[in-house]
Amino acid sequence: MSEHLTEIVIFTVLFLVVSGMGFVASRWRRPESLDSLNEWGLGGRNFGSWVTWFLVGGDLYTAYTFVAVPALLFGAGATGFFAVPYTVIVYPIVFLVLIRLWSVSHVHGFVTPADFVRARFGSPTLALLVAITGIVATMPYIALQLVGIEAVLKSMGVTGHLPIVIAFGILAAYTYQSGLRAPALIAFVKDTLIYVVILVAIIYIPTQLGGWSGIFGAAEQKFAATPSAADGITLTATNQFQYVTLALGSALALFLYPHSITGVLASKNRDVIKRNMSALPAYSLLLGLIALLGYMAIAAGIKPIGTDTNTVVPQLFDRMFPDWFTGIAYAAVGIGALVPAAIMSIAAANLFTRNIYREYLRPNADDAEEARVSKLVSLAVKIGAVLCILFLDLQFAIDLQLIGGVVILQTLPAVALGLYTRWFHRGGLVAGWIAGMGAGMWMLYNIPNPATGKAHFGGSAFSLEKLGFDTKITLYAGLLALAVNLVVAVIGTVVCRRLGMADGPDVTRPDHYLADEGDPRIKDLDMSTSST
Amino acid sequence: MTAQNDDRTPPVRSDRSPWNWLLLLPIVLPLLPFLFNAEEPALFGFPRFYWLQLAFIAVGVASTTIVYRMTRRRNGR
Repeated sequence: MSEHLTEIVIFTVLFLVVSGMGFVASRWRRPESLDSLNEWGLGGRNFGSWVTWFLVGGDLYTAYTFVAVPALLFGAGATGFFAVPYTVIVYPIVFLVLIRLWSVSHVHGFVTPADFVRARFGSPTLALLVAITGIVATMPYIALQLVGIEAVLKSMGVTGHLPIVIAFGILAAYTYQSGLRAPALIAFVKDTLIYVVILVAIIYIPTQLGGWSGIFGAAEQKFAATPSAADGITLTATNQFQYVTLALGSALALFLYPHSITGVLASKNRDVIKRNMSALPAYSLLLGLIALLGYMAIAAGIKPIGTDTNTVVPQLFDRMFPDWFTGIAYAAVGIGALVPAAIMSIAAANLFTRNIYREYLRPNADDAEEARVSKLVSLAVKIGAVLCILFLDLQFAIDLQLIGGVVILQTLPAVALGLYTRWFHRGGLVAGWIAGMGAGMWMLYNIPNPATGKAHFGGSAFSLEKLGFDTKITLYAGLLALAVNLVVAVIGTVVCRRLGMADGPDVTRPDHYLADEGDPRIKDLDMSTSST
Repeated sequence: MTAQNDDRTPPVRSDRSPWNWLLLLPIVLPLLPFLFNAEEPALFGFPRFYWLQLAFIAVGVASTTIVYRMTRRRNGR
């Protein structure tokens, strides 16, 4: 442990500085009161372009990503690079969608995607399904942030769960106090540290390893020597479809996650969102370069600690950098886990408060009560994540996160298509959700992973052979499940209409989807009506 | 509600623009593996698979920036 002393000291100091910032954040852009979800849960809905860039960037590109993506390249090669096309296509896909969501949420004061579904389709049940889906998809994601911290702690020779429990305790305390302002402020430090570390890494490390051609050469040699035909530094004829469908499916899923939507709704106008759609890819470049750290680890002959390939990047830093800089790099990863974990717990808490608590338990809850409940639930969510890591196999969290991506995609028809069309019947959407969930679970259950000897939930690549096709081609299960969902939703809508089943009222109007900062909100309209 | 507030209703607006089609380019390019799934030609030691996909990031940034600039609401509100 003593050989890592410098690293531990620097890591601890940076961690404490950031925690202090988290507590102070409640005074940042100080509102009259934090006792409403608009303030606690959305930072006052007033973040400009820079804050949003750091916040959403820090939110989407998580510590887990920074550790797991290079680990994927280290283990399997080119297939792990899907993170790059994924984060290229996501922004143009959501460019026009998110501004509509922002506008309608601005007018109606929506805090969660389920709030929108409730108003659009007049269906508390559908909103409940969307809320539960969001919470279920988010929980394991929070637990996985702990994996990032744990990988770093392991590399510093720190074992046992106590440090993680303390770290999450501090995180829970300042999220409780400051709400979304805490991760927004911390994101500045986190992202700056990550950018510095990665720039240094990609400039310095290759000079030590015989340049980029040497690095790619070493990776190619490693994969040529393995018995598996699926790995390599390019894709094979069969897994390239999995690669692109996974990129597309993940891109469609990303902004359905409640925590992504929280970041978007916290921005102050449409221009902030549009500008960020062109500025956020800076993180994608960063992620692409981070991914290549996996090959650098191969070239440097790094061996993971035990079987945990998530430790290869921390190990690489330890080997290549002087102790003090390794400490900074570890702190970057550790702090990198705090920002998304905070936003995710806030998003999950808001879903519970708005779409379960207020909808079903206390319909007359006022702003202050909503904020109080959300704060408590955000604590509960973090305790749940820690318990998950303490008492369940880590692999379980990883499996759940894999399922999470497939699951959250099933809210696409109601949330994303709902922004454009009111054609779907609420009954059809519920039926589609059930069918998509069922199909998704069935496919995931039937995906083995020969490398780890698992028979079920071994990945997201579904072999079309299982459906009776004479082919080795695999596709992303989430996208297939979404296709099932859409087909059933369409048929269900037609059936519901034929049977004359009652459809819910739509309280949104076409111009609500085009509103911008300064336009009247429903609350303001109500007030002006009553005063005139 | 609508009747009382006619004077406050914003002017008719739209998100429609022919420039939006430009967004399709960075969505479609990364989904065509035959473009990038090869090692040659290499650039600065990066096989084509890697440098070309990283280059798609630039295409994405350019497209979204152009669309944003061209569709900005001039007398917005």
